[in-house]
Amino acid sequence: MLNYDLVVVGGGPAGMAAALKAKENGVDSIIVLERAETLGGILEQCIHTGFGLHYFGEELSGPEYAGRFMKLLEDTDIVVKTDTMVLDVADGNVVTAVNKKDGLLKIQAKAVVLAMGCRERPRGALSIAGSRCSGIMTAGTAQKYVNIDGYMPGHEVVILGSGDIGLIMARRMTLEGAKVKMVCELMPYSGGLTRNIVQCLDDFGIPLKLSCTVVATHGKDRLEGVTIAKVDDKLQPIPGTEEYVPCDTLMLSVGLIPENELSKNSGLELDRITNGPKVDEYRETEHAGVFACGNVLQVHDLVDYVTEESQIAGLGAAKYIKGEKVTGECVYTQGINGVRYIVPQRINRETDADVKLYFRVGAVYNNAKIIVECDGKEILSKKKKKLCPGEMEYVTLKQSVIAELPAEAVINVRVEA
Amino acid sequence: MEKRELVCVACPLGCPITVTFDADGNVDTVTGNTCKRGDAYARTEVTNPTRMLTTTVKVVGGSAYVVPVKSANPIPKGMMMECMKVINEASIKAPVNIGDVVIENILGTGVDTVATNYAE
Repeated sequence: MLNYDLVVVGGGPAGMAAALKAKENGVDSIIVLERAETLGGILEQCIHTGFGLHYFGEELSGPEYAGRFMKLLEDTDIVVKTDTMVLDVADGNVVTAVNKKDGLLKIQAKAVVLAMGCRERPRGALSIAGSRCSGIMTAGTAQKYVNIDGYMPGHEVVILGSGDIGLIMARRMTLEGAKVKMVCELMPYSGGLTRNIVQCLDDFGIPLKLSCTVVATHGKDRLEGVTIAKVDDKLQPIPGTEEYVPCDTLMLSVGLIPENELSKNSGLELDRITNGPKVDEYRETEHAGVFACGNVLQVHDLVDYVTEESQIAGLGAAKYIKGEKVTGECVYTQGINGVRYIVPQRINRETDADVKLYFRVGAVYNNAKIIVECDGKEILSKKKKKLCPGEMEYVTLKQSVIAELPAEAVINVRVEA
Repeated sequence: MEKRELVCVACPLGCPITVTFDADGNVDTVTGNTCKRGDAYARTEVTNPTRMLTTTVKVVGGSAYVVPVKSANPIPKGMMMECMKVINEASIKAPVNIGDVVIENILGTGVDTVATNYAE
């Protein structure tokens, strides 16, 4: 059995930031375990720029953003094992992993940071009628084919779902000479960032069809076309609006799912909305010493926010290891009336800093107010010109305000339109 | 009077902006923006729209197939497809480092094309 103070599961932006922050805060022995051959996670295939605008004040590509953290890691004594698959995080924080060189590894950790990221919702989750011909893939898979493996997966493309990866791939495929016919979005609004709609679709004249979905795929060996249809306000296809669109490729950008198999196997209960573990203000899960951060906790829009959250978790893990982390009575958070969820789900009343509550709304609102209440009393409110499901929002609770709340109290966050 | 409708991309608000032009084709008014950055964005966007170009370049003599590259600065929007042609005909010898210049001054834009990842 190996012994480390901190084991970080996942070497993407979340894992790297958490490990570095823990090191900065005096944790002696840290090991990062990464499944892929290199650190960097999904950033390695995100070659477009726009990363780091908040954190570095620069517009970097994904590999450049990851590269900065890899450099910082190299200058520390943090141990990194790539090509290493974590199999289990057991009670008492024993981590089991396997790789070709070391075989089976058992590591006794004082604390663990879960930073496994997320994966794309696959075709199987959509129940689209049609045969299992080639040419249907998630946008992220197509991104890997083009940006890492260096080949084009198709020439005439329809994209279902207007998530950011889908929008980015619409531009990428167009630049490489493919014809992107349209992006269909089931909802009446896009799930992607506005700047991606402008720079990836409008720039190239690619139509975005809202309230529209793919109802059937056609083709035996290779995709030959799809049938699209408009949907009603219950998101059901409207008969008579079907339209056949010839294409050889259908890309899916229909949402991301936190990759929580390890968390679930270790007995952690997941938040029904975020599909991530429930955490406190330092991102400590319901298991003592097990922290979670990045897209495994909640799907983020910007890697900059992943870094910020992971630094909170890294700091939390450092405090836990040194026996300085506050525990005790908690208050709980809850999103209501248009606010879908809150991270963190609980806050230690005697916490040592202000706490940001992160959330998403369930619809588009203009000139709305975010109201935070406890026991029917308003704690704070914040005016917002625009709120949309595609952009994560936050409000900051002062440490002094939290300290005055009764134990077990529920903090409600809601939208007032 | 000519006018153009834009969506500002300076921040997540995405303000709808209307730009009007005078008889000489110069920007007359910018309306709809809610901050100075929106005004600046709209003026650049209607006079000389520029974009960052990101793509990949073939790697020879290494284990990687391609390495990602970007324009070191934004290039004129209208030249993106032409630049893509030049980049797709180029190749770079491994090993490649972040920041290595792959193509100097692409198509006379004054902007270099640089690698954004390592390749062995």
